[in-house]
Amino acid sequence: METSYLSLDHLSYAYHGMHGETCALTDISFSVKKGEFIAIVGPSGCGKSTLLSLIAGLLTPEAGKILFPMLSQGESPKIGYMLQRDHLFEWRTIYKNVTLGLELGRLSTPEKLAKVDRYLKDYGLWDFRDKRPSELSGGMKQRAALIRTLALEPELLLLDEPFSALDYQTRLQVSADISRIIRAEKKTALLITHDLSEAISISDRVIVLSNRPATVKIQIPIRLTLTDDSMLAARNAPEFKTYFNLLWEELHDDTAGTIYQKA
Amino acid sequence: MTLQEQYIRKHKRYHRMIFIARLCIIAVFLLIWEMSANMGFIDPFFFSSPSRVCKSFAELYRENDLSVHIGITLLETILSFLLVFGISMLTATLLWYSDKASAILEPYLVVLNSLPKSALAPLFIVWLGTGIRTIIVAGISVAIFGAIISLYTGFSLTEPEKCMLITTLGGSRKQIFSNVVLPSNVLLILSTMKVNIGLSLVGVIIGEFLAARRGLGYLIIYGSQTFKMSMVITSIVILCVIAMLLYLILQLAEHWYKKRVL
Repeated sequence: METSYLSLDHLSYAYHGMHGETCALTDISFSVKKGEFIAIVGPSGCGKSTLLSLIAGLLTPEAGKILFPMLSQGESPKIGYMLQRDHLFEWRTIYKNVTLGLELGRLSTPEKLAKVDRYLKDYGLWDFRDKRPSELSGGMKQRAALIRTLALEPELLLLDEPFSALDYQTRLQVSADISRIIRAEKKTALLITHDLSEAISISDRVIVLSNRPATVKIQIPIRLTLTDDSMLAARNAPEFKTYFNLLWEELHDDTAGTIYQKA
Repeated sequence: MTLQEQYIRKHKRYHRMIFIARLCIIAVFLLIWEMSANMGFIDPFFFSSPSRVCKSFAELYRENDLSVHIGITLLETILSFLLVFGISMLTATLLWYSDKASAILEPYLVVLNSLPKSALAPLFIVWLGTGIRTIIVAGISVAIFGAIISLYTGFSLTEPEKCMLITTLGGSRKQIFSNVVLPSNVLLILSTMKVNIGLSLVGVIIGEFLAARRGLGYLIIYGSQTFKMSMVITSIVILCVIAMLLYLILQLAEHWYKKRVL
């Protein structure tokens, strides 16, 4: 069996408040292979973002382990985190924004800066490098945010609904763009989304989480027959509808269950 | 004429109208004041008049070293403003760094802020004597607590997601402050300082009322005690001009920042 890059082992997490504790995640286990693109879907408020924060090391799990089997002892994983909104700083130019991570870590070597230049050229932002974020379209800003994350050369990308703030058309374009970039750079990625079509069209495997406290409900590998390489090819694949219905059933079940419980 | 030209003309005419209206108000006010004093509706001994104020201004300038009085008040105001700026920025930064410290100190700041600072002035005189030190401390005391509270509130309301971004890029808390908190609060800092320069002037005048031999506050008190109302009003007019100029300097700084950065 191929060794996994990331493996979650019976992970649990709860938030504590004066009025009691709220279980966000219970007993989450799954693994991710190197270069795999995983989408995580689940009902809103089920603890998807908590999961990413745990993997990123921003929170510490209360039980269970997060393992990186391919890394040697003491080596820390290189993780890039992309948030819902681009959060580009208006007081910096686009170039200064995408090199922010390098600047913070004092990592601005000529090689790394050359790589940033290449990203900017490849992904259509080179001519905009001296502009302010407000002069760019939503899609361009999201690409700039991705380059800012890639500049630190992460091996694992965590994407927390990075397209949810965009309008529908931009969203189709940007999600296609960004998944293409991530595949071209051969990164391992974990994408949180509540858009089922998005999950099916850009990921290799969809993990469905249940209502809070979230557990892994089902994992569905996605195999689509693509007729061309257009932006909408995945959405036009014959299997698309089947996957969509399957995921819909899984999520719907869960919600229906809670309604009955309340009644 | 194109529509664009028409628009620009309309826009310019509107602003010209505003400017003229402002001038008219002050001109009408001065005219009525002067006429009522000359025609005996009000007693010029108590109420003075614009021409008497002008005369008093020339007289003060010639005989009483008016420029020294203005200079000393300006110096005290600017010194206490700079100290307020420095101390409040430093304190607000430290409070932002430590949630615990800000939670502990909050009630003290609120009480000190709502205390009428003029009540403290007699204490300052006893502790620090009569002189520039007392006056600067009075100037600081009026502005400082409000400045700390509004700066700290602004700092702590900085978008948490923007701070988290720095963390995800591997930045430290110090880098969060210098890269997010400070730059996103520049406008708040400038507007707080606009308020504070006015408050520093208020504090300095209170201090000069009680503990000075020089300065515009001293001239006001001296004038009122010797019934030289023209001297009092002249000093007040000069104070108005000073307040406006100081405010304009900060306004210019704000414009410059907005044009350059935003």
